[in-house]
Amino acid sequence: MTEIWQGFIKAIELIVSLDPEVMEIAGRSLGISMTSCLLASLVCIPLASLIYFHNFPGKRVLINIIQTFFSLPTVCVGLFVFVLFSRAGPLGGTNLLFTPTVMVLGQMILITPILLGLIISALSGVDKAILDTAISLGASGFQVAAVVLREVRYAVLAAIIMGFGRAISEVGIALMVGGNIRGFTRVITTAISLETSKGELELSLALGMILIFLALVVNVTLNRVQQR
Amino acid sequence: MRYKVIGSLVAVIVLTSLVLGVVGCGDSTASPLPPQERLRVATTTSLYDTGLWGYLEPMFEEQYNVELDVMYAGTGKALEYGRRGDVDVITVHSKAREEQFIIEGYGVTRVPFAYNYFLIVGPAADPAGIRGLIPEDAFKKLMEAGSGSFVSRGDDSGTHGKEKAIWTAAGFDYETVRKAEWYIEGGTGMGPTLMMASEKQAYTLTDTGTFLAYKGKIDLVVIVDKGDILLNVYSAIAINPEENPKTKIDLANNLISFLTSPEIQELIGNYGVEEYGMQLFTPCAGAEPQ
Repeated sequence: MTEIWQGFIKAIELIVSLDPEVMEIAGRSLGISMTSCLLASLVCIPLASLIYFHNFPGKRVLINIIQTFFSLPTVCVGLFVFVLFSRAGPLGGTNLLFTPTVMVLGQMILITPILLGLIISALSGVDKAILDTAISLGASGFQVAAVVLREVRYAVLAAIIMGFGRAISEVGIALMVGGNIRGFTRVITTAISLETSKGELELSLALGMILIFLALVVNVTLNRVQQR
Repeated sequence: MRYKVIGSLVAVIVLTSLVLGVVGCGDSTASPLPPQERLRVATTTSLYDTGLWGYLEPMFEEQYNVELDVMYAGTGKALEYGRRGDVDVITVHSKAREEQFIIEGYGVTRVPFAYNYFLIVGPAADPAGIRGLIPEDAFKKLMEAGSGSFVSRGDDSGTHGKEKAIWTAAGFDYETVRKAEWYIEGGTGMGPTLMMASEKQAYTLTDTGTFLAYKGKIDLVVIVDKGDILLNVYSAIAINPEENPKTKIDLANNLISFLTSPEIQELIGNYGVEEYGMQLFTPCAGAEPQ
């Protein structure tokens, strides 16, 4: 138990003293996860609307598949991306393995199903009357989508926060395709994994607390922007 | 109303670019303007966990003006990275498998650069009574006594390979050993294996360097430290560009010359002496230790 308390004190020390290595790792974690979350959102919001507003055979099956992929294990995504980008693999020529770029890509693959699924289910909650009114007022397909998305903006934001949470907390992809290279691909979660294996439990706990703190800052910021 | 959605998106973009900017600045101060080449080395966990690579990395980077990416993995995984051409050079410790790796054409040559000895460590009470025996006899007695558990790396690493070799030398089939109730396969690096053995008060096979680095954190003592079979040689192998044309053979050779240069050999020999009161690695520039 003393370790947890000492970890807490250490976390505060590291934050207050702006420990350069910890700041660098935290900045990288934040940068990679925010980028992947942003890019995934840009893909998923239009794609989810497209799926929701169109009726096509197999739609139900597709949504089921998307929801199944909520359970995608991070190591599987990591392995998949590794095999793809390894020099012996089909995209080996891009020379991207063990770089932050490929970590962003892996995290995008991980959170895309979550964003898609949650945005589709958010859209399903919209009152049909709003849809009908918009259509009867002569709104185009794009305008209808915009009206409905505006209705569900809180749920969409919640989906994005959820996706961000999954991205910043995962370790499987970051370790497998990032390689945990000091000063280049080391993020908070991979640092925790390394420090734990080195027996530095206090530092690991402190890093974990810093990650939660970062998530808090991001959530508060997003909610503020939303409520303004 | 719509502006709020757009507003939050803009905020995310601004925040992201800010963060990326910060990260970017951090990187550019670390590496001066001309884009540096990156050299990737996969190293066995026992060299990484002792902190040796963290110590040597900045010196190499400065001397050759190259960014060194150090990845730690068990010997099995490091060799696999090498086979796939995902790294340019490997530093590992499993002679037979290294020779196989070179015969298969994946590596250029095997350059030993340091050695130490493996140790059998365990609880001070020594429940199986194997203290002071030679490793083969110690393993035999462990098997016969069945008292006192043994934690194995179980991760296809160099240390795991050595452990299997000792079981074979002791006259046992490894597949039978694995089935024993007291035999625990941790499936993890040397550090975590030592921690696990300490928690369970079990025996384990470890390299000297990692054991010394972890000594303060664990409740285990040296039980067996004598026997020719315990020799542990670390070597560097550049990945053969004929097999993997994209690997950087010149930079890899730079790293090997660096490791075997007299100054660095001396630093390797002195590494950790002050902290642990004994030598972690004995340098052996390019030659097989006797």
